Amino acid sequence: MTTVSKSVRNFIAPHLRDIPKSGIRDFFDIVAGRKDVISLGIGEPDFQTPWHIREKAIASIERGATRYTSNLGTPELRQALAEYMRQSFQADYDWRHEVLVTVGVSEALDVALRAVLSPGDEVLYHEPCFVAYAPLIRMVHGVPVAVDTFRKDDFRLTVAELEKKVTPRTRVLLLNFPNNPTGATLDRADTEALADFAIRHDLLVISDEVYSELTYEGGRHSMAAIPRLRDRLVFLNGFSKAWSMTGFRLGYVCAPAPLTDAMMKIHQYCMMCASSISQTAGLEALRQGDADIAEMRESYNQRRNFIVSSLNEMGLDCFMPRGAFYVFPSVQATGLSSYDFAMRLLNECSVACVPGTAFGSCGAGFLRCAYATGMDQLKEAMDRMTAFVAKLRG
Amino acid sequence: MDPLLDLLKKNAREPDAILAKELGVTEADIRARIAAYQNEGVIRGFQAVLNTDRLDSTDVRAVIELRIRPEREGGFDRIASRISKFPQVESMFLMSGGYDLLLFVKGKSLQELANFVSARLAPLDGVLSTATHFMLRTYKDQGVLMESEPHDDRLQVCP
Repeated sequence: MTTVSKSVRNFIAPHLRDIPKSGIRDFFDIVAGRKDVISLGIGEPDFQTPWHIREKAIASIERGATRYTSNLGTPELRQALAEYMRQSFQADYDWRHEVLVTVGVSEALDVALRAVLSPGDEVLYHEPCFVAYAPLIRMVHGVPVAVDTFRKDDFRLTVAELEKKVTPRTRVLLLNFPNNPTGATLDRADTEALADFAIRHDLLVISDEVYSELTYEGGRHSMAAIPRLRDRLVFLNGFSKAWSMTGFRLGYVCAPAPLTDAMMKIHQYCMMCASSISQTAGLEALRQGDADIAEMRESYNQRRNFIVSSLNEMGLDCFMPRGAFYVFPSVQATGLSSYDFAMRLLNECSVACVPGTAFGSCGAGFLRCAYATGMDQLKEAMDRMTAFVAKLRG
Repeated sequence: MDPLLDLLKKNAREPDAILAKELGVTEADIRARIAAYQNEGVIRGFQAVLNTDRLDSTDVRAVIELRIRPEREGGFDRIASRISKFPQVESMFLMSGGYDLLLFVKGKSLQELANFVSARLAPLDGVLSTATHFMLRTYKDQGVLMESEPHDDRLQVCP
């Protein structure tokens, strides 16, 4: 590696320099390159993208549909998305002005935050959470304000905790249910209470519901299904988790026209449009992909049942999450910290899980285990963990 | 379909204890349900899915399209039942379209299958014609790809 003079770092914007590297990235560096590891650390479906979707993408390349599309996304895809919103959440969005197709939900979140935040504005978000939220808020000079969620509430976000952190500078409430990393979901009473909270404090709600198709018992309760929230809701969703399309990088935003227009300004200058090939694939997923979701959901459901029951049997307290493909067991009974437990599990048993602290300080004492992994791997991982926990408790 | 049957279709060797956890029921329940399916004739057997191309075997496989004359009493069933009992016949279906029975057959050699068709099938009373197609290579069998898609190449840890 060439040596870099200290002054080079001075070129980096201070607010970016101060953002720590993701804890999950650190863990990735430790695991990377190790061959024998069973990884429960992967926040990505293990299923192949359904073949008919891949086939459509190939056909679109053959047809030569490889140009820029409308900045907002192709009309066909936006119409299909508006229809999906109606069917799924009884939410009406005008595909012409209120739907924006993005490069994954990550871009959607970025443009949403950039469109609404001024420097110093505070954003309430709940922890444990996806690793990108606080950094993305900081990158637009916003102030991330973490609100803890707890095992006793099955990691639901409560208004009582929100009230402790809301201030006159709070502009946005950022939500992610079903949740990565806990698998927590909201029920109808929760979404209603959160909506009331947002209205009471005049907040914009940005709701990242990328796991919404992966909801098990209890049904799914979207913020988009609450009509009185419509004028203050930015709804984010994507294709990665539902149809196992992570590499396609395809997401979307639904929001009232003026907000969509504002986000569109950013999107058109920095991204132009989402990949035309991915958009074709996404349209196929929406039109023909219901059975794919049903099949994958059932499979996740069975693995979830298996892993929760295995973890509880080995003595790691684990609530039954109702969404996503993560479980969030407590390792407190072993006397080890999240990080030490994860490191020793990796070194002594070659099983990789992510320490809960990578998702926020209130993840201390917990572990994220993704069950988006084949049953054979899951079984082996549970066998190894059972032996490991037994050894710890001696 | 009962999710238990789906799971068994995917992996019939899955231990009852694992099936029980996946479905959130007891092992005894799993055993009872499998036994009931066997008694009812829903589950007809448990087999391995083999890629025979990878076996050091000279077995020959073919599909045979058979046109037969239905009988006044019993239609296709009696003659179909007779044909299905030959050990060379691995699978057999009554079809719509240009022929009546589709047979998947296996023999030790080309000669054996040729003999089977000419000496056993064709002369049967009621068989009008046969068309035999030899299989060259298996790409997928019973829902299982013979060449797996690329190994799991996901990042080992990701958000």
